[in-house]
Amino acid sequence: MWGIEVIFKGKNFLRLLGGLGTALQISLAAVLISIPLGILLGVLMAGKNPVIKAILRVYLDFIRIMPQLVLLFLVFFGTTKVWGWDLSGEVSSVIVFSMWGSAEMSDLVRGSLAAIPKHQYESAQSLGFTPWQTKIYIIIPQTIRRLIPLSINLITRMIKTTSLVLMIGVVEVLKVAQQIIEANRMTAPDAAFGVYLFVFVLYFAACFIPSLLARHLERKWS
Amino acid sequence: MSGLLEIKHLTKRFGDTVILNDINITVNKGEVVVILGPSGCGKSTLLRCINALEDIQGGEILIDGGMIGKGADMSKVGMVFQSYDLFPHLNVLDNITLAPRKVHKRTRADAEEEARELLKRVGLSGKEKSFPRELSGGQKQRAAIVRALIMHPELLLFDEVTAALDPEMVREVLEVILDLARQERTMMIVTHEMQFAKAIADRVIMIDGGSIVEENPPERFFTEPDTQRARQFLETFTYESVRK
Amino acid sequence: MDIQILQEYLPLFGEAALLTIVLGTAGIAISVVIGLICSLVQYYRIPVARQIVRIYIEISRNTPLLIQLFFIYYGLPKVGIKTDPAICGIAGLAFLGGSYMAEAFRSGLDAVDKIHAESAKSLGLTGTQTFFYVILPQAVATSIPPFTANVIFLMKETSVFSAVSLMDLMFTAKDLIGLYYNTTESLFLLVVLYLIILLPISLFGTFLEHKLGNNSVRQSRKTTVKRQVSENARKEVVPDVGN
Repeated sequence: MWGIEVIFKGKNFLRLLGGLGTALQISLAAVLISIPLGILLGVLMAGKNPVIKAILRVYLDFIRIMPQLVLLFLVFFGTTKVWGWDLSGEVSSVIVFSMWGSAEMSDLVRGSLAAIPKHQYESAQSLGFTPWQTKIYIIIPQTIRRLIPLSINLITRMIKTTSLVLMIGVVEVLKVAQQIIEANRMTAPDAAFGVYLFVFVLYFAACFIPSLLARHLERKWS
Repeated sequence: MSGLLEIKHLTKRFGDTVILNDINITVNKGEVVVILGPSGCGKSTLLRCINALEDIQGGEILIDGGMIGKGADMSKVGMVFQSYDLFPHLNVLDNITLAPRKVHKRTRADAEEEARELLKRVGLSGKEKSFPRELSGGQKQRAAIVRALIMHPELLLFDEVTAALDPEMVREVLEVILDLARQERTMMIVTHEMQFAKAIADRVIMIDGGSIVEENPPERFFTEPDTQRARQFLETFTYESVRK
Repeated sequence: MDIQILQEYLPLFGEAALLTIVLGTAGIAISVVIGLICSLVQYYRIPVARQIVRIYIEISRNTPLLIQLFFIYYGLPKVGIKTDPAICGIAGLAFLGGSYMAEAFRSGLDAVDKIHAESAKSLGLTGTQTFFYVILPQAVATSIPPFTANVIFLMKETSVFSAVSLMDLMFTAKDLIGLYYNTTESLFLLVVLYLIILLPISLFGTFLEHKLGNNSVRQSRKTTVKRQVSENARKEVVPDVGN
């Protein structure tokens, strides 16, 4: 009925999960790069050097205002044209999502740092802490608490964004779904409904679980 | 003779917690009643019940003979809150005239005329076009009092109106309330300004643990209260000298 | 980069950009309506409807637009619900955007201090009057930053419309790259046109935020802090605090 049976035919179920696995691997790789890079960029943005700040600002704003798909096209097609690189879809995706993720992360870091009231620095100073001690013992522990739920949310957004890699030919869950529907066109002409519904549910599960976790932590630590 | 406000066997609970237990109070026209009591005793909740901001679990509250929730004319009750509750998006004049224009359907010109007069009385002439953020805490509370007055309430409720103020601003607000007392307004005041309470009250009611523990004229309450509890409470406001 | 090719391609990209703007605007407009309804349902805690809205928001926020579009465009026709690509794009965007707008408006409504509703009530204003004269104007001010962020986000999201064979900017770029290999020119125009669409929204958003930020929003934040501070201070010295 509606192609639900197609999902459980042969290895289809495992193939779909494998497709999701590919998407999740790309997300994970991008997140692992984004978080440290984003923290670095965020600290630089919160710093005092005007030249670094201006350059970063333009770069980060460009990354954040462009649709991620445009960035994917720029890297996937553009690098081939300009430098003759032949990047695979997977590598292009990890590059783009790391750029995007670190831009988003840097903004979260900058925001969290800005949210620490000035009197915290002042009272630390009056207690005789050095600027470094202040950062290590007072500022960073507070920012981390704010940042962990936000970072988990970033993971959710990353997973959603990863669905785009279909558009540059990466075989992920949607592509597998297309292949399965195509292969069963004769026997199950209505399979598109069931299969895409299943993909929908898969993505929902992949995003919903981390967002629940993020919300839990946010509530616990706020 | 029945009072302007009659509270009979009022009970208020939040879940299983009893906030107010069998409260009976009558306030006559022109009377100023000050409610005292320690933190969390239920006095603010009492005012909120009288203003129909809280539902009650037992007893009844009558405003000029009409029962709250069953036909009481709530426009006879005005309230000023502890925190700055002026609407931040409206200037002083609009804050004050919003209710008369929308509720009493008065014209803008008419409402503004009265608003200006009242503002002058509380020393806020010239602040008509200011936004709440441009006013000091004391000015905000005076404007909030005018906003309540312009609805011509017969009973005014003041819920710790100076509690959030810097000390030097407390007096300017309390002077306005003293002035209202001179006009023989009926008022119920929750405060922790003891000198003010002594000066303004016709009657002091002390609440503790959700019940009335003492009800006396101020002369008696502040000098020789009947109950041990009231004595203890008053002692928390005095300090023993540490000089030898 | 070849100027002649740019000139040749520009009209194609212009047309595609127009499609992006039209579909994006339509989708966002419906999102706003859905968002308003959902936020009111949540604000006034309307039973049953509230649970439905929560489920909708979770589903909408935790699935990518591309997956939503595939389901609407390729899946639903199999159970008899056929849509043309444009309607599908708008519907998908509205389904996604509705939840984001709902959250933006709800955060605005929630940010209005309860005391304002109470003082309006004690002044005798009706529920509707309170909403329109007291709650809404304040909520709008706080909702502006998340609202513009959402508009930009949704405009960006339209870039996946090419997946349901809508000839938008991405579709045009991919098409021209595939056909003529004029990658540089195509990508250049792609970026420029997206900037032309998105940059003004972003700048306008910043402008509005500054303008309104000077008004009520910043003020209410300040008083909250002050109130907390003074409350803490009182707790320490004065035994008699409000309840």
